[in-house]
Amino acid sequence: MDIRSLSAGRIREGLAAREFSAVEIATEALRLAEAGNPRTNAYLSFSPERALAAARAVDEKLARGEDPGPLAGVPVAVKDVILTKGLRTTCGSKLLENYIPPYDATAVIRLEQAGGVILGKTNCDEFAMGSSNENSAFGPVRNPVAPDRVPGGSSGGSAAAVADGTAVVALGSDTGGSIRQPASFCGVVGVTPTYGRVSRYGLTAFASSLDHIGPFARSVRDAAVLLGVIAGRDPRDATSAFAPVPDYAAELDGKVQGMRLGLPREYFEGLAGETAQLVMRGVDTLKRLGCQVREVSMPATRYAIACYYVICTAEASSNLARYDGVRYTARSPRSETLQDMYRNTRGEGFGTECKRRIMLGTYVLSAGYYDAYYLKAQKVRGLVARDFARAFEEVDALVAPVSPFPAFELGEKVDDPLAMYLSDIYTITGSLAGVPCMSVPCGATAAGLPVGMQILTRHFDESGMFRLAHAFEQAAT
Amino acid sequence: MKISEEEVRYVAALANLTLTGEEIQRFAAELSGILTHVETLNEADTEGVEPMAQVLHEAGETATLREDVEGECLDREAALANAPLSGAGCFKVPRVVER
Repeated sequence: MDIRSLSAGRIREGLAAREFSAVEIATEALRLAEAGNPRTNAYLSFSPERALAAARAVDEKLARGEDPGPLAGVPVAVKDVILTKGLRTTCGSKLLENYIPPYDATAVIRLEQAGGVILGKTNCDEFAMGSSNENSAFGPVRNPVAPDRVPGGSSGGSAAAVADGTAVVALGSDTGGSIRQPASFCGVVGVTPTYGRVSRYGLTAFASSLDHIGPFARSVRDAAVLLGVIAGRDPRDATSAFAPVPDYAAELDGKVQGMRLGLPREYFEGLAGETAQLVMRGVDTLKRLGCQVREVSMPATRYAIACYYVICTAEASSNLARYDGVRYTARSPRSETLQDMYRNTRGEGFGTECKRRIMLGTYVLSAGYYDAYYLKAQKVRGLVARDFARAFEEVDALVAPVSPFPAFELGEKVDDPLAMYLSDIYTITGSLAGVPCMSVPCGATAAGLPVGMQILTRHFDESGMFRLAHAFEQAAT
Repeated sequence: MKISEEEVRYVAALANLTLTGEEIQRFAAELSGILTHVETLNEADTEGVEPMAQVLHEAGETATLREDVEGECLDREAALANAPLSGAGCFKVPRVVER
């Protein structure tokens, strides 16, 4: 049994046919994950006891003839910004190095109820702030496809775990591209669902109006299965949507012929090199499948980076205020007064990128600047959302690049924060509008580096997005 | 937009963040660069555009009010378990009021 090639569906069949047990799968997945970790640094911790208990529960259900759930026995990796009761959750930060959450995130509860087996927690940029995973306090993740290169970020560990085959699926979080970009860099499927589609209860807050939880998988089908499990209203997250959750996996095989697709002109103008060629080749494949492709214009795109980095840093500066040395494990030992304790704990605990964003966010919210920066950015966000609403009057889906370039070398961009921010351009717009978007692999460069193609659809039309991505995946492989 | 080291120190105090001298220098330069890019926002015509604070969706009739029922709650011990210092069922911090 090579678990690196197993899908959720194949595991279900194998369990039903008694080819293998869930405990066998979990044991082998844990062995692979632990053995591979010195190479990738994808995991920050492992949870063998929890994994084996979950696997045993699946085997017992099967023995009793009960339905073990859509994720029965499936090894899952969980990004370390998502809380797991009793299992250390660091957010990639020195501040939370010893933090043991007292409760589980709703997404974690749901995936375990569906039979999922959590192997461990994955490395990420500190508090999910970064595009390369180099901002983790516990060292960068190496891209399993090219070990001298970054896996993307911030959910780099989850992407690497799935690409490396230790986990069949993984949970990540996405605020401005943190699922789609690492999925593209590592050659896996990564999905950012509609804002509100998945409960954020238990997701460590970074920028609350932009944060999402979403799946990584090696196939569109597995991503659809995982999203179906974690999606839906949760009374513990007031922003979670009431909209009913369709059976995404059952709707995968529908027709895509005649679907109207838009290519945003502004996304392709500056796109060059092999990334441009591979995405355009993907568009040709979609045309061959009978989709109608036309150009659309999304003029607010040019303001998107500025808009995003004002809003996300403003919200982050507020959300990260809670790490002040009172409740969350770390406290600077050399502080006499309360204020020194706050300031030193934060100054010693946060890494450079978190500090940079807290500073920027505090600045744009400070007296005299609020209207010029924050309010203006919120209005520009309205323009970005309007671009999407207009485009979706003409087309059923948008097709775009994910990143301007494939995975870059470790250390290549760390000294230029603005350049790093600017590379988020193609993923940020969808985040601002809150529409569902995903990265699906569309090939590799001559050097073997994976490239993803992005598909975006209307609010709550994950079904349409998955159907198109699935048809593309079947045609491309 | 040029940010001075003095402004960096002021903002760091607002953010309750101790910065090293090196960080103050570095952030003055980096924030200046980032805010210069942010100024592109001024070119956007937002006349008559509502500020978008949140992605809003259609919601059912029960979206705003739910039954007032008691839910589960963390017990005190669990809530305090991650505190760097606690005692008498409370979070402990350095003294703020002189006796």
